[in-house]
Amino acid sequence: MILNALLLALREIRRNLLRSFLTVLGIVIGVGAVITMVTLGNGATKMVSDQIASLGSNLLMVMPGQRLGPGRDSAGAPKFKIADIEAIQQQVNGLKAVAPVVGSPVTLVAGTQNWSSTVSGTTNDYFISGNWKIAAGRQFTDDEERAGKAVCVIGNTVRKELFGAGNPVGSSIRVKTFDCEVIGLLVAKGQGGMGQDQDDTVLMPLRTAQRRLTGTLDIGSVMVSLKDGTDATAAIAQLRSLLRERRKLAENADDNFNVMDTKQIAETLSGTIGTMTALLGAVAAVSLLVGGIGIMNIMLVSVTERTREIGIRLAIGALENEVLWQFLIEAVVLSACGGLVGVALAFAACLGLSSLMHIPFLFNPAINLTAFGFSAAIGVIFGYVPARRAAQLDPIEALRHE
Amino acid sequence: MSAPLIELRGITKTYGQGQAAFQALRGVDLSIAAGEFVAVMGPSGSGKSTAMNLLGCLDTPTSGEYRFQGINVEQLDRNQRALLRRQCLGFVFQGFNLLARTSAQENVELPLLYRGEPGAVRHTAARAALAKVGLDGWETHTPAELSGGQQQRVAIARAIVTNPLVLLADEPTGNLDSKRSHEIMELLGRLNSEQGITIIMVTHEPDMAHYARRIVHFVDGLVDSDSATEAA
Ligand SMILES: Nc1ncnc2c1ncn2[C@@H]1O[C@H](COP(=O)(O)OP(=O)(O)OP(=O)(O)O)[C@@H](O)[C@H]1O
Ligand SMILES: [Mg+2]
Repeated sequence: MILNALLLALREIRRNLLRSFLTVLGIVIGVGAVITMVTLGNGATKMVSDQIASLGSNLLMVMPGQRLGPGRDSAGAPKFKIADIEAIQQQVNGLKAVAPVVGSPVTLVAGTQNWSSTVSGTTNDYFISGNWKIAAGRQFTDDEERAGKAVCVIGNTVRKELFGAGNPVGSSIRVKTFDCEVIGLLVAKGQGGMGQDQDDTVLMPLRTAQRRLTGTLDIGSVMVSLKDGTDATAAIAQLRSLLRERRKLAENADDNFNVMDTKQIAETLSGTIGTMTALLGAVAAVSLLVGGIGIMNIMLVSVTERTREIGIRLAIGALENEVLWQFLIEAVVLSACGGLVGVALAFAACLGLSSLMHIPFLFNPAINLTAFGFSAAIGVIFGYVPARRAAQLDPIEALRHE
Repeated sequence: MSAPLIELRGITKTYGQGQAAFQALRGVDLSIAAGEFVAVMGPSGSGKSTAMNLLGCLDTPTSGEYRFQGINVEQLDRNQRALLRRQCLGFVFQGFNLLARTSAQENVELPLLYRGEPGAVRHTAARAALAKVGLDGWETHTPAELSGGQQQRVAIARAIVTNPLVLLADEPTGNLDSKRSHEIMELLGRLNSEQGITIIMVTHEPDMAHYARRIVHFVDGLVDSDSATEAA
């Protein structure tokens, strides 16, 4: 009896290809959209939280100028000097590294290749606070730092652009007007939290950059990393009062520098992405609902024809149960096909989009099951319930249905 | 004399309710013995189709008693009545009621499928039934690809493919030319005389009614006259 019902169900599906296709399509769209959006959202959140973790301990960025925002002007604020760096190192507790940074955009030339990048003049502390590892070569020596020698450590992007796959250590790069020896290569980090390429960088001793590139003793910003277990709030407070004192700010004056806690920024960012994911999920849930309503429509529109069909089947000797099995199997087969295709499409879409968007692909069984289950339930309910009603009529009433 | 195959006693059927109620059958008494060939005649709207639907267990009477082989049909549950239709009855609808987008062959096979016949049996039987009504070569056509008369013949094939105990045919020749009509009547006559199938047939044409051995006249929801034909 079930076998017969299966046969009949498959026949009906084949016979009404358009109706079957639309039903399946509704489910595919609903399931696919929900899974894709939620999976991508989760991937983005994961990426940000990974970046937070890769920051290690808290990292503070100290920059001259008032708190960023509309109507604020940072041009007039005094820059930091090397003495500020030393004072921070000596007077603030719980610091792991304090790296001054002097940034300067430059054009680099090596052989016939050239590339525009940014030089950061800094100290060896930068490798700690920036969480950089050396892939080949070495860091700066004390001598190079003190004397401001023309040496540099380059990021992987700069290596690729200037030297291709070759080992750059020992080669020389022309930076603006002077030749600079490559003494090290950084381990690639990939994209940063804002989508920038972190590997597109050249590091030089602070003195070298000041003398040969900026021509001043100013320091653009300071990267301070805290020891594990240091209370970030306390460290920031200490740092602030030290800098206020050194910059001789009056009691009621605003800070003319600002301290950003990057970990906090990253956490805020991941919170935002979490909200976005929830939003996407909501949009996706709506599309699931719309898909469901689509299925409902198709099923209800075909009710008249199907009711007559049921009347005919009952009239020529089908049992109520046989008719119901047929309709149930039809609904289950269509919903399951739609669900599976939706899951497969979502998988492919997530794979493609996540690599396109450089976010990790996290397969989430729960959302796959939920989406599949929900749409399958809609398909089955709306395929089966009208059939059940029709099968309980006298055959002649079903046949007369309009 | 043994109990008649079919016995109606005081059957009424009322459609609608209250003001709009319409009594299509107003107390029909009728008994038909196994092996009879009965023609039901009467003006349009006299309740012939209504009576046929009740005889075919497709509808329930408002009151009265319907005994089939001595069994009170009212006391059967839905499944038992479905089984009665499946095992004993063949029905030709006035409006054909074929499954849309389904080939003639599959339409005719369907009752056999519900009887649990294997595929090979269904196939041969359906082809044979279609051949009997002159439709060999039309097996793969769907109702939409068939003329009204051809659809009617598919409906007849579907009703006779199971060799039912009773064949109920509501105007089986209504859409056929007179040559085809006579062919179908001869077929029904053979089914009746050779296989002993009891046939109850509604018709408007006296010519066709004369193939039957008994004519029941309906007027205004009542049996007006019940007589043997000269063929009997
Ligand atoms: N579902 C229904 N609802 C209300 N009235 C109905 C219904 N079916 C039939 N009737 C009425 O019952 C009466 C008998 O109908 P029936 O179909 O039995 O007539 P008939 O004798 O078969 O006529 P015809 O020769 O035209 O087929 C008609 O007056 C019709 O209007
Ligand atoms: Mg009629």
